[in-house]
Amino acid sequence: MISEYKIALKSIGKYDPNQIEDYITIGGYKSVRKALSIQPEKIIDSVINSGLRGRGGAGFSTGLKEKFTNQSKGIQKFVICNADEGEPGTFKDRVIMEQDPHVLLEGMLISAYAIQATKAYIYIRGEYTESIKKLQTALKQANEKGFIGKNIFNSGFDLDFEIKLGAGSYLCGEELTLLESLEGKRGYPRIKPPFPAEKGLFGKPTLVNNVETFAHIPYIIEKGAEHYKSMGTDDSPGTKIFTISGDVKKPGYYETEMGVSLRELIYDFAGGIKDNKDFYAAILGGAAGTFVNETVLDTPMAYDTLKEKGAVLGSGAIMIMSEGRSLFDMTNSILEFFKHESCGKCVPCRIGMPQLLLIMENVKNNKLERLEALNLLLNESEYMAKSSLCPLGQSPILPIKSLKQYFENQF
Amino acid sequence: MDRNDVVKRYEPVKDNMLNILHELQNNNPSNYLTTEDLKWVAEYLNTTYSSVYGVVRYYSMFSLKPRGKFVIRVCNSPLCHMVDDDKLIQSIKNQLSIGLDETTDDSLFSLESSECLGHCAEAPVMMINDKVYKNLNSSKIENIFQSIRSNEKNKKL
Ligand SMILES: Cc1cc2nc3c(=O)[nH]c(=O)nc-3n(C[C@H](O)[C@H](O)[C@H](O)COP(=O)(O)O)c2cc1C
Ligand code: SF4
Ligand code: FES
Repeated sequence: MISEYKIALKSIGKYDPNQIEDYITIGGYKSVRKALSIQPEKIIDSVINSGLRGRGGAGFSTGLKEKFTNQSKGIQKFVICNADEGEPGTFKDRVIMEQDPHVLLEGMLISAYAIQATKAYIYIRGEYTESIKKLQTALKQANEKGFIGKNIFNSGFDLDFEIKLGAGSYLCGEELTLLESLEGKRGYPRIKPPFPAEKGLFGKPTLVNNVETFAHIPYIIEKGAEHYKSMGTDDSPGTKIFTISGDVKKPGYYETEMGVSLRELIYDFAGGIKDNKDFYAAILGGAAGTFVNETVLDTPMAYDTLKEKGAVLGSGAIMIMSEGRSLFDMTNSILEFFKHESCGKCVPCRIGMPQLLLIMENVKNNKLERLEALNLLLNESEYMAKSSLCPLGQSPILPIKSLKQYFENQF
Repeated sequence: MDRNDVVKRYEPVKDNMLNILHELQNNNPSNYLTTEDLKWVAEYLNTTYSSVYGVVRYYSMFSLKPRGKFVIRVCNSPLCHMVDDDKLIQSIKNQLSIGLDETTDDSLFSLESSECLGHCAEAPVMMINDKVYKNLNSSKIENIFQSIRSNEKNKKL
């Protein structure tokens, strides 16, 4: 039986997150000390060689992002932690921030040094009150210790941190929208390119990474790229936190090597399907994710292998539905979510979201056959994907297309 | 934190807007931002009233009308929705005799729906102010309201 392997979660439960001394006793801040004695470019090389890919959903090479930001011209540069976690079914970043806030600070410090950033920000969703408190305490204590601020570990490197709060917008987790919000504006997306590495916060080169991504950096510095790369799959090295919810006996968060199968996650980690029912469907990656059926149970959970199956890994969210659950209701709920979170800036998404729900409404009122409805949904969401300004309007196609692929006759 | 504390803790730069708005709203016993607050923020950050207003209207956590002392946020995202056998929002509406985005007559509770609160393993979930309540059903919720109410009564005595 496959077991858990912890990198991002390795110190969870091993120290009191309100006591930095506790953290130092178990080896905390060693990696930062080590990193600050290495050339920034060498750190970036290590991160590139480790193969680490962003854990926020898109899976872009973290090392390459660092490299681009490092190469961008500018005296002022920023590093930002995306702690806006809001993808339904996802709760991994919260666990890290509540129980091991220091690993995040460490990862950010090392990354900031690698790109020679002048300031660090944590953008965190306003509803995560417990995480906010833990981070505030951690920052205060790290400041008092001299681990952040001026001349960190006598390296000559300075870095100040600030916590910025979101206020209830899922869209602000999208990195360019996040920048707008952090600048004190409404959360309207920016047009890409330019990417943050070139023109980010206040127009300066900016590295934006997810909480879980940062939590891997100290480990890579400590153990080396080769060791890290030896875990997981060739295409998706390392470990991943999977958050499993819904109809399983032990819903929760589990970190293990990439390439684990959905079957192992459900039956070995999460105790199997609740009430001894049969597995029916899983939604991988959250609302902006994909439905899969039992034919995907043995597919390795990694970026490329899931993609071959028309599915996504996304944030690592896994929502389980047992037999008897309604795909139609679930889809309706997902579409309601998107409609609620659409910012209304561009027409295809502003008009398209209610349009999708109207199709659902017509099925409920017996004006439309389900199969016909599914085809209409697919058509409409394809238009939206092609013409929407930001990734949110391009998201409904994901669940809808996967429904067509895996559940055409059961919708 | 009141305005004097805000001045001490936050530099007058626009990127502090959301943090400042949170502080002012939390300082108000009715959990909302007044027109005076918005005007003050605009002046402090050297920006227009309309840009502050625009920000406040965009973000769902901010309110321009008075709310109850306790703001209830019920998760309405797909997972909570799926496992919510008791139709919690409806049940709370009945228990408190208010609708969504409304406040009870005694100004104690306001009801809002929220997107995923990041506790999906313990669904269904709601928050009341800073506190998260998990694995809910209607009778649990009834008890929670009751204990908040009696707490408040004791404070008054
Ligand atoms: C609508 C939307 C919401 C997003 N929300 C988040 C989020 O809450 N947290 C996050 O890390 N990334 C989120 N992302 C992905 C970010 O845009 C970005 O890819 C990520 O912060 C990059 O970090 P990484 O490379 O470490 O994954 C979201 C993307 C979209 C389109
Ligand atoms: S796609 Fe939707 S969320 Fe994105 S800019 Fe357009 S309206 Fe806003
Ligand atoms: S869906 Fe309700 S807490 Fe995540």
